[in-house]
Amino acid sequence: MIVFQKPHALTDAPLHYCPGCTHGIVHRLVAEVIDELGIEGKTIGIAPVGCSVMAYNYFNCDMIEAAHGRAPAVATGVKRADPSKVVFTYQGDGDLASIGMAETVHAAARSENITVIFINNAIYGMTGGQMAPTSLPGQVTQTSPYGRDVKLCGYPIRVCELLSELDGAEYLARVTVNSVPHVREAKKAIRKAFENQLNGKGFSLVEVLSSCPTNWGMTPDAALAWIDEKMIPYYPLGVYRDRSGKEAENHG
Amino acid sequence: MADKVLMKGNEAIAEAALVAGCRHYFGYPITPQTEIAAYMAKRMPKIGGTFLQAESEIAAINMVYGVASAGYRVMTSSSSPGISLKGEGLSYLAGADLPALVVNVQRGGPGLGGIQPSQSDYFQATRGGGHGDYHMIVLAPASVQEMAELTVKGFELADTYRMTAMILADGTMGQMMEPVALDFDVAPAPEKPWATTGTDMKRPHNIINSLSLVPEELEQLNFARYEKYRKIEENEPRYEAYLMEDADICIAAFGIAARVAKNAVNEARREGIRAGLIRPITLWPFPKKAFREAADRVSAMISVELSMGQMIEDVKLASECRVPVTLCNRAGGMIPSPKQVLAAIRQAAGKEGDLL
Repeated sequence: MIVFQKPHALTDAPLHYCPGCTHGIVHRLVAEVIDELGIEGKTIGIAPVGCSVMAYNYFNCDMIEAAHGRAPAVATGVKRADPSKVVFTYQGDGDLASIGMAETVHAAARSENITVIFINNAIYGMTGGQMAPTSLPGQVTQTSPYGRDVKLCGYPIRVCELLSELDGAEYLARVTVNSVPHVREAKKAIRKAFENQLNGKGFSLVEVLSSCPTNWGMTPDAALAWIDEKMIPYYPLGVYRDRSGKEAENHG
Repeated sequence: MADKVLMKGNEAIAEAALVAGCRHYFGYPITPQTEIAAYMAKRMPKIGGTFLQAESEIAAINMVYGVASAGYRVMTSSSSPGISLKGEGLSYLAGADLPALVVNVQRGGPGLGGIQPSQSDYFQATRGGGHGDYHMIVLAPASVQEMAELTVKGFELADTYRMTAMILADGTMGQMMEPVALDFDVAPAPEKPWATTGTDMKRPHNIINSLSLVPEELEQLNFARYEKYRKIEENEPRYEAYLMEDADICIAAFGIAARVAKNAVNEARREGIRAGLIRPITLWPFPKKAFREAADRVSAMISVELSMGQMIEDVKLASECRVPVTLCNRAGGMIPSPKQVLAAIRQAAGKEGDLL
């Protein structure tokens, strides 16, 4: 009896992610949801620029690689061309909250009927660990070697809170994947974000607090603990908006 | 012959796009091309199409990238500063080999420049516009009728070669009204088995992508693309030759500059100067052969442009500098007068006299 296997929506390609990185977990959750909803054949994924740039090799559905930050605009084109398709973007914090902030905000404002998976690991991973729009105050990165000085570089951006002011946002949730219970919660949120699209409800975004042991300079264990200790206090978990459900309160 | 209707150039482009089967348009307001967006905003909802005013030109071109990936005919339009913003997307469209139509109704630059007509985006258009080795097919209309015809042609060429076609017009072409017939035979879009339409669980997944990290492979992709470009340079150059059979002086001009130049050619002929005009309709591929052959018969060439002299470089290259090539130009939104062009013709013919 098979009790556990790779989701069909994932290809056999070996992931290129660093040991201890949580991208693999999130890829798997997205793929499991695609399998469970039986939508692989009509799903088109949009990969970003950043660590998950090669996500197009990992998902079995049709995939498009977008320019840095433009995934929500590309997704808008795909979805408008054929609204019967399921369209998701998979983006990191530099992609979604820095260079692509305009595309993110306006896709939400238009309530584009798409699903956005947002990986927030507080750093630019692919380019080797520079300060992200979500890097914490005091966080040491290659481009904030003395720690992020908020007087010099401003404050981190809380994306769910920011977007929750928009009438167009259907569903905004922040989850993490640093423990088994958190992984289960994350999957529920991702599933809801896809179900919303199938039900024609509009823009749904799941922010996943993720670890980057390599660029944080930590062991994988320490990185998972850092999410609890440092990230969650700044980025409380919870549902920030659930337009057609109850207006959500933050339960960080 | 179908009935003709009086239309603005910008509206002719929009209507021709609909005739060509384009049902998806993304734009952002900028003078002097906004009538295209306005026309689409009115018409698209009535025919089940998409009109979307994007948050920026960058977003608009990336929406185009999405629709093109999905396999549908799609267009965007803008004017010079907005085309610069689209440059990123133009490069990605080229890298992913996606067909799309992009319209540039040029205005004076650089920077915010002005809103009057210009041809100063010639380099940007004919050399690709964004980063990397690539070309777009660049079509230069010289009448409202051609605005419509070349729009249809642009969609067809884009689909045939899986690349971006650009209409390089100018503010005059966009704003002026002329009678136009819109009864085109449109080649239907070809099958697009590469499009990301969903696998339907019946085929391996399609990937639209411009990333290639192995240099040997990226080089091969570039080689293949340039092999395609070579075929286009062989098969697709278009131009109009006017009174070139016995010409001694050859004018090179496109778009509105060619309309002005034609008047000057006629005037020169009345004075006994055998002037002629080669009007490139495709700026890329440039009609090199026409200029190379003319270079053996004429004694001088004059490039008439609404810029500081951009196409003149292609004229010199194509004619292999076998005859002197001079520039007759205005810039910044100004248009050369027929008198100015006539003076340049007289000078080239060695008949300087009463100028202007």
